[in-house]
Amino acid sequence: MNKTVNQKAWFLVLPVFLLVAFSAVIPLMTVINYSVQDTFGNNVFSWVGLDWFEEIIHSQRMHESLGRQAMLTTIILLIEVPFGIFIALNMPKKGFWASFCLVVIALPLLIPWNVVGTIWQIFGRKDIGLLGHTLASMGIEYNYAQDVLSAWITIIVMDVWHWTSLIVLLCYAGLQSIPDAYYQAAKIDQASRWSVFRYIELPKMSGVLLIAILLRFMDSFMIYSEPFVLTGGGPGNSTTFLSIDLVNMALGQFDLGPASAYSLMYFLVVLLVSWVFFTVMTSIDKKGAV
Amino acid sequence: MNLSWMAWTKETATFFISIFIILVIMTIWAIKRPETPRVGILRIETTRGDRLFLSLLGSAFICIAWLGFFGAPIYGGLVVCFFYALAVFRWV
Repeated sequence: MNKTVNQKAWFLVLPVFLLVAFSAVIPLMTVINYSVQDTFGNNVFSWVGLDWFEEIIHSQRMHESLGRQAMLTTIILLIEVPFGIFIALNMPKKGFWASFCLVVIALPLLIPWNVVGTIWQIFGRKDIGLLGHTLASMGIEYNYAQDVLSAWITIIVMDVWHWTSLIVLLCYAGLQSIPDAYYQAAKIDQASRWSVFRYIELPKMSGVLLIAILLRFMDSFMIYSEPFVLTGGGPGNSTTFLSIDLVNMALGQFDLGPASAYSLMYFLVVLLVSWVFFTVMTSIDKKGAV
Repeated sequence: MNLSWMAWTKETATFFISIFIILVIMTIWAIKRPETPRVGILRIETTRGDRLFLSLLGSAFICIAWLGFFGAPIYGGLVVCFFYALAVFRWV
């Protein structure tokens, strides 16, 4: 059967196209323009070529932020993924407690980033915070404003508290979609708990798990508000991650040229990961459709 | 319309105009000769648009790597980008 070709529907996309042009494309063009020039304000620019890119690629400051960022993202993924799977496996499958657990687990996801930062900032204070006060009364040295280790532990625990729920919910959805027949077959074969997990649950969960890992990678790679509210990048520079460093450079020091080069390289990494994310998701969809 | 806040330069304008021209050519090409997606060495379905995206994104990384290892100018890097783009269009 021949389909009628009608491309007029593309005009319906026009408003979104214009919106994206103004909110994303034009700012991006401006950033690219800034990245090859130097300015001392007053809209006076001078051409510097690729100097800023070269400077940022070799900049100690960027390497250190990138290192801290990579370390944070790795630690967060290593804790949240197994922990999330563990919780999902142990959640009730049906009945009142299943709904109850789902609601309780989803709660942290509903809280805005900067509020999460504020909650943990107060929670960890020695004078008025429950955590800080309890630790202090137990004689444990804990001060996220002065001690690097405390600051890192607080940020990691905060992120685990905020985002493990996402992995739990996705894995739980994956587990719920496994038909009972698989478990019955495993029982007949006298499969151990580990084999059930390794050969039934994990393969069936792998699609959603991949989405969860990519989402957590992206989110933690772009983390800003939570550590900014909690530690402001300190003590010293110890929790200055990529986005915090970038904002300091662009708005704090008003170094528009280097900051633009910095943000473009940051953007390229995010774009690459987004592409992988998109490709994986669409290929999973296609497999599901077959 | 005053666009001075966007700090345009001849070079960046040329860069954007060339990308725009490539997009227009790709659109005309897609209308004249519609295609079916194919599976290449990455084992994912790609269309010409996907391959263009991969070429541009990869070229950006190649240029940054060139700057990091050899410094400006990046003419050598651009040559690598050209062959990389050819390879992407041929095999991906």
